[in-house]
Amino acid sequence: MKYLNLAALAAAVLLAGTASAQINLSGTYAMTLNEDFPERLPGPEIGDYLGIPLNAAARLHAESWDASLLTLPEYQCRVHPIDYVPSFFNIRIWEERDKDSQQLIAIHQHHEAWGTERTIWMDGRPHPPEYALHTSQGFSTGKWDGEILTVTTTHLKEGWIRRNGIPRSDRAIVYENYIRHGDHLTWVTVIHDPAYLTEPFIRTRDYTLSTGLVMGAYPCESVVEVVMPKGKIPHHLPGTNEFLAEFPARYGIPTEAAMGGAETMYPEYQQKLKTLPKPAPLKKK
Amino acid sequence: MRLRLVLPLLLSACALAPAQQNQDFSKVEVNVLPVQGNVYMLVGSGGNITVQAGSDGVFLVDTMYAPLADKIVAAIRTISKGPIRYIVDTHVHGDHTNGNEALRKAGSTITGGNVSADIRDSAEGAQIIAHQNILNRMSAAKGPDSVASKAWPTDTFVGDEKDVFFNGEGIQVIHLPNAHTDGDSIVFFRKSDVISTGDLFTTTNYPVIDLDRGGSINGFIAALQKIVDMIIPVYGQEGGTMVVPGHGRLCDLGDVLAYREMTIIIRDRIQDMVTKGMTLEQVKAAKPTLDYDPLYGTSTFWGTDRFVEAVYRSLKDNKK
Repeated sequence: MKYLNLAALAAAVLLAGTASAQINLSGTYAMTLNEDFPERLPGPEIGDYLGIPLNAAARLHAESWDASLLTLPEYQCRVHPIDYVPSFFNIRIWEERDKDSQQLIAIHQHHEAWGTERTIWMDGRPHPPEYALHTSQGFSTGKWDGEILTVTTTHLKEGWIRRNGIPRSDRAIVYENYIRHGDHLTWVTVIHDPAYLTEPFIRTRDYTLSTGLVMGAYPCESVVEVVMPKGKIPHHLPGTNEFLAEFPARYGIPTEAAMGGAETMYPEYQQKLKTLPKPAPLKKK
Repeated sequence: MRLRLVLPLLLSACALAPAQQNQDFSKVEVNVLPVQGNVYMLVGSGGNITVQAGSDGVFLVDTMYAPLADKIVAAIRTISKGPIRYIVDTHVHGDHTNGNEALRKAGSTITGGNVSADIRDSAEGAQIIAHQNILNRMSAAKGPDSVASKAWPTDTFVGDEKDVFFNGEGIQVIHLPNAHTDGDSIVFFRKSDVISTGDLFTTTNYPVIDLDRGGSINGFIAALQKIVDMIIPVYGQEGGTMVVPGHGRLCDLGDVLAYREMTIIIRDRIQDMVTKGMTLEQVKAAKPTLDYDPLYGTSTFWGTDRFVEAVYRSLKDNKK
């Protein structure tokens, strides 16, 4: 009997060892800001599309975008989509396991920003049919690649690549990797968008495990901030957005480069950059 | 006999509906998607069908194509064994009404009282509710929408709205004038909190402005605004009121807002060009829809050119 108990214990230890190949991501993480601070909190400048593999359709969309759109009550509480919300604030991750078998059913996330939550299904279920509802957080399934959690998300609502009008369509598929080194979590998102990107767009954000972190609620109430006629959508007609010139002029970046495109992602572009004319500095008004 | 009935209906289906003459309907599946409350969405070929079901029977919005009727009924039977009592036509186009006769026959309506003015015998089938302008077009002696009388609406209305209480909830059939056509209605299931929009909202193509049947771009935008005003989300732009579009996937507020945004922005761009005196060819060359073409410009029956032309003509003619 004693030997049997020991054997059972040994088997349990071995099984636990196997399971530990799957990192437990559970915990509360604080956002870690480094060189990506300007992108993650203040947000990008109007007309800054550098390093984004966008196509002509996405560029026109961005050039037409007017930040006044966000004053409309129906846009004020719009949550950030799953491929953009990692820019902000803190997150909580927890597991959902079957009580009896202890099989992993799902990994859940709560985001302090806008209070969004998402589920990453780990039980092998299929994605819904295309005619099912699309949401800001999409439908996610995950699997372990060694100690890296890899996630595939479909059924996304229209979203954005950056907060300056660069769109991400509802046709996009987002792939994610969660890589944990001790208390450090790197969250990689790779966006494949056949409508607006010519190549996948890759972005990483960092978080740090923080056991004492308490997240606040994030209620949001829409109000009329600017009285506008019903049915008015703030936007710039093509060729009339005078703000587009400010970013390249302020930083002395060639206008062509500021317009982005896949070419601007790669180191070789630095050679071309040297040959492009720089815009005149901004005139002080 | 069946072919003789079906073919004229198919051929009369207008050119502003997805082409179906060459479709092999035997390969089409009709799938059921639960929406919320008592409401389901049927997805097949042609416009989506909305089903509301309960102890009173079955209430349908739109009827797809006649050759799919057996599959549609089979799909409905996975939801309810009750009789089909009511059908609403959201507009006159064949991809939404071609199955009228067949699905009406598959149902029955409680008659008597003043209902006997519409239907004398329950064996005549389900009631078909529609705006009066749909009956006018379907019953015209000649015309692209003229169909056999058994496919006509049996219960028409004029003015803003027709209300029905069925399966424990109020149902509003709301007419929105001169938008997609001149006979458009949306259907609001008040307790289930679901709106069925017909082609006043789709996720697959640009707004179809059927100028020949009384549609207009500004009417279309007003209709989208009405839908937006009716929706109450749970948070931000999501949840709460669900929206079954005429074509495409199940939606909620965020999707309708994106579609309204696109429609208004393109209207504004083309209006600016009309004001500057540009010709239709110049407007098309300026590509006023470029940023939305990857999403909506790939439709084979209503592509970018037809949409731009319809908006241009609608604004040029100053149609309300």
